[in-house]
Amino acid sequence: MLTPSSPHAVGNQSVQQVMFSVWAATLPGFAALIWFFGWGYLINAVLAVATALVAEAIILRLRRRPVWFFLGDGSALLTAWLLALALPPLAPWWIPVIGTLAAIVFAKHLYGGLGNNPFNPAMVGYAVLLISFPVEMTTRWGIPAALATEAHSLLDSARVIFAGLRVDPALVDGMTMATPLDVYKNDIATLDAAELRAEPLFSAGWRVYGWEWVSGLYLLGGLYLLWRRIITWHIPVAVLGSLTLLALLFSWNPDLRVPVDLHLLGGATMLGAFFIATDPVSAATSNRGKLVFGAGIGILIYVIRTWGNYPDAVAFAVLLMNFAAPLIDHYTRPRVYGEGRS
Amino acid sequence: MNLMRLLRGDTDAPEWYDFPGGVHPPENKTQSLRGPIAEFPLQEEYVVPLNQHIGAVSVPVVEVGESVLTGQVIAEAAGFISAPAHAPTSGTVTAIEDRPVPHPSGLTTGCIIIRADGHDTWRPRTPWAHLQDHHHTDLLARIQNAGLTGLGGASFPTAVKLAADRNHVDTLIVNGTECEPYITADHALMRERPQQILRGIEVAHELYDFRRILIGVEDNKPDAVSALRRALTAIPAELEARIELRVFPTRYPSGGEKQLVYLLTGQEVPAGGLPTDLGMLCHNVGTLAALADAVFDDRPLISRITTLTGNQLPWQGNIEVRLGTDIRTILDWAGYQPDPNRAERIIMGGPMMGFALDQRQLPLVKATNCLLVPTEQELPTPPPAKPCIRCGQCEQVCPAGLLPQQLMWFAQSHEWDKAESHHLFDCIECGACAYVCPSHIPLVQYYRFAKGSIRREQAEHRQSERARLRFEARQARLEREAAEKEARRRQRAEAARARQAEQATTPTADSSPADPVAAAVARSKARKQASQSAAGRATATVSPGAPELTREQLSARLDSQRRRLEKAEAKLAAAAPEHQKAMETTVSKLREQIHKTEQQLADRPEREA
Ligand code: SF4
Ligand code: SF4
Repeated sequence: MLTPSSPHAVGNQSVQQVMFSVWAATLPGFAALIWFFGWGYLINAVLAVATALVAEAIILRLRRRPVWFFLGDGSALLTAWLLALALPPLAPWWIPVIGTLAAIVFAKHLYGGLGNNPFNPAMVGYAVLLISFPVEMTTRWGIPAALATEAHSLLDSARVIFAGLRVDPALVDGMTMATPLDVYKNDIATLDAAELRAEPLFSAGWRVYGWEWVSGLYLLGGLYLLWRRIITWHIPVAVLGSLTLLALLFSWNPDLRVPVDLHLLGGATMLGAFFIATDPVSAATSNRGKLVFGAGIGILIYVIRTWGNYPDAVAFAVLLMNFAAPLIDHYTRPRVYGEGRS
Repeated sequence: MNLMRLLRGDTDAPEWYDFPGGVHPPENKTQSLRGPIAEFPLQEEYVVPLNQHIGAVSVPVVEVGESVLTGQVIAEAAGFISAPAHAPTSGTVTAIEDRPVPHPSGLTTGCIIIRADGHDTWRPRTPWAHLQDHHHTDLLARIQNAGLTGLGGASFPTAVKLAADRNHVDTLIVNGTECEPYITADHALMRERPQQILRGIEVAHELYDFRRILIGVEDNKPDAVSALRRALTAIPAELEARIELRVFPTRYPSGGEKQLVYLLTGQEVPAGGLPTDLGMLCHNVGTLAALADAVFDDRPLISRITTLTGNQLPWQGNIEVRLGTDIRTILDWAGYQPDPNRAERIIMGGPMMGFALDQRQLPLVKATNCLLVPTEQELPTPPPAKPCIRCGQCEQVCPAGLLPQQLMWFAQSHEWDKAESHHLFDCIECGACAYVCPSHIPLVQYYRFAKGSIRREQAEHRQSERARLRFEARQARLEREAAEKEARRRQRAEAARARQAEQATTPTADSSPADPVAAAVARSKARKQASQSAAGRATATVSPGAPELTREQLSARLDSQRRRLEKAEAKLAAAAPEHQKAMETTVSKLREQIHKTEQQLADRPEREA
């Protein structure tokens, strides 16, 4: 007799589909990244995914787990993909490789594999890279296509990534370093907001300047995931809400601090809110817990960006809240039907 | 609360309240709703299990070989929470024996087997035209004798529910939700016999005088709703005024009792409580129709409506079928052809909460609301489970507000106390969590396992508690008995001393062979003493644990033993040759006993003396 236990019907969702949907939802943002910042993102993604699959297969083999069964779930692929989205596009080839290895081997499998990792693997990979290779991680950002003096091809990017240290200054956005966030934060000390906004980086506006586009498309992908009920609204809303609130409170004067629009659209905020923080394995689980978890991330993002040393704070904010997730879960158990009514 | 309604500015009491969670599995209801309810033909044999209800197994009141009439009581309720069983047709009782019955763990249980005579002759019936002509006690008795159980699937004895405190209950909730996919038995009933349901409501109303009666139906049954609406126009205005027919969006498991209570009233049944705690009574539409049959037509529960569905059945629809009919015959009747290439899967109940039968040759019971025989394409075997990715989908759909994922971890690690503190026992096993789980983890199986283990442990605990009490009681009894024994012994010792004193004054009385009467008295005395000493020996040697004798007692015993030895030796000397041998053994035994007693006396510390 088959499945003697109910339910006999199962929904048509599978882990693979969940992972695939999340991956697909990043694609518009990914396309914009390539469009605006060059082919480096694609090369990073290919390197990371290949590394992830090989590493995952080897470890599953070592752990004597069915390789194809687990490889097919797409979770390793997604981890590598999300990491690649966060890396500087012109970083040397070993950056995505090392980052992915850290994510898959250390953050995921040493904790017991799929479903058991307390920390978001992609962010662990990112944090390892940022701490170990700060130069490569902060000076290899692509120059927005609209500001580049000449168009750069896939081949140009590949040359920079694989050929080593000689970086063509025409390709590398040495000026913005990581994100406009960082530029604003550094330059606001010497310039006022109006002057800064007049710089080509900020004045080029929506049509040519990429970050808003990328963020907007991530937001779109996130809404798709919400609509598909793959994620719930709690974490993104809490992240964006708390970040906005803090930015409005403390950054009301654009002459002093990075204003709220740059916080939301100028960095990895959207990617973080919809794709990173919502990683179910390492997040809080109950709805109220997710709100607390997300709010914590939003607050930490603002705090680290404003008073900390790191240009973009999503990775550390997420990792710090991963620490807190079990505790949050403990204190935010939902009210059970009929509880407290007797 | 319903956000949309708030936005519309609609602040009246809402039609329905939104319960958390729930899923929308494919409904698959149309295939069994194409035709009307079909009457299933009479069979030659019926197997009537004695435990078709929650509660005590009923007690057979017929004997093998007895003829029975349709509707005759063949087994009586055993106690308060129980229900009688009736002959589904007229015929002869051919056996009362254990047979397999539909049960998740393939149980066998006592069944009454009836060979039908084909006439289907009813026992005499006394229909009631008006409820008002009869006493409430008569009405309740009639309900009790009709063997009604909840026909929604849970099979709780209806009479027990209807015995709830009359002063406390003011609302009747009528469950016409039938939220489980595939099942359409209630739907068909509402569509075809709405007046019967309303008559059942009338019976319940007669008992309770409800303030309001809420009929809840999902919006996927428009024909049932309009049939009920039409029927409502034909009932007394006094009753109609209290009835509200509420239609709400289809979502599994809106038909769960607790969910329905919330949907219709916005109130929650307290944890571990019953709807009566809120002054509500919940009945399924099928149960109410059966109630009307029982009360007005004097027709006990001998048949029910069952849905036959699933694409492996060429005929799909609803049948009115006598209880005890062989499920195999029903499936054959529907044209079922087992697929030789795959394991058979016949589900009693729906795809969410039903259970797979382990064979086909089982009787249809009061709880059989559906027989589902799906093809592999329809209900594919779930793929092997993957690890939990903590996606939280399960929690989003849990109607009880539980954390299914955490419960699973606790069940896996056998942390029963944690599982309980996370309200494992509030889980209604609706299966919504397992339905959405992308890792296809059989979550409900974990919960059943955990619940079973906890119940077992509790039962074991209770049992060991009982054993402890029993042990203590036994210990107390032994002590009491020992004390009594000692008291008796002391009496005997005193009597013996008294006799000794007597003997000392009349030393020749019993040794004079010339006096036959005295000799006879002496002999009987000797016998008595011998038996007494045997008893004494038994306590002294056989049960070493028995309380030890005092020096006083021991010396008394020694005295009596010596006296008996004297007498026995005297007798041995005078004995006829044929008795000599027996007397010799007696003498040697007595010598042994004396020796033993002397030793015991010597071992006894002096202070006691
Ligand atoms: S739905 Fe399944 S995989 Fe997701 S959290 Fe629940 S048990 Fe885990
Ligand atoms: S089976 Fe239990 S835990 Fe799962 S959804 Fe239903 S009530 Fe919640």
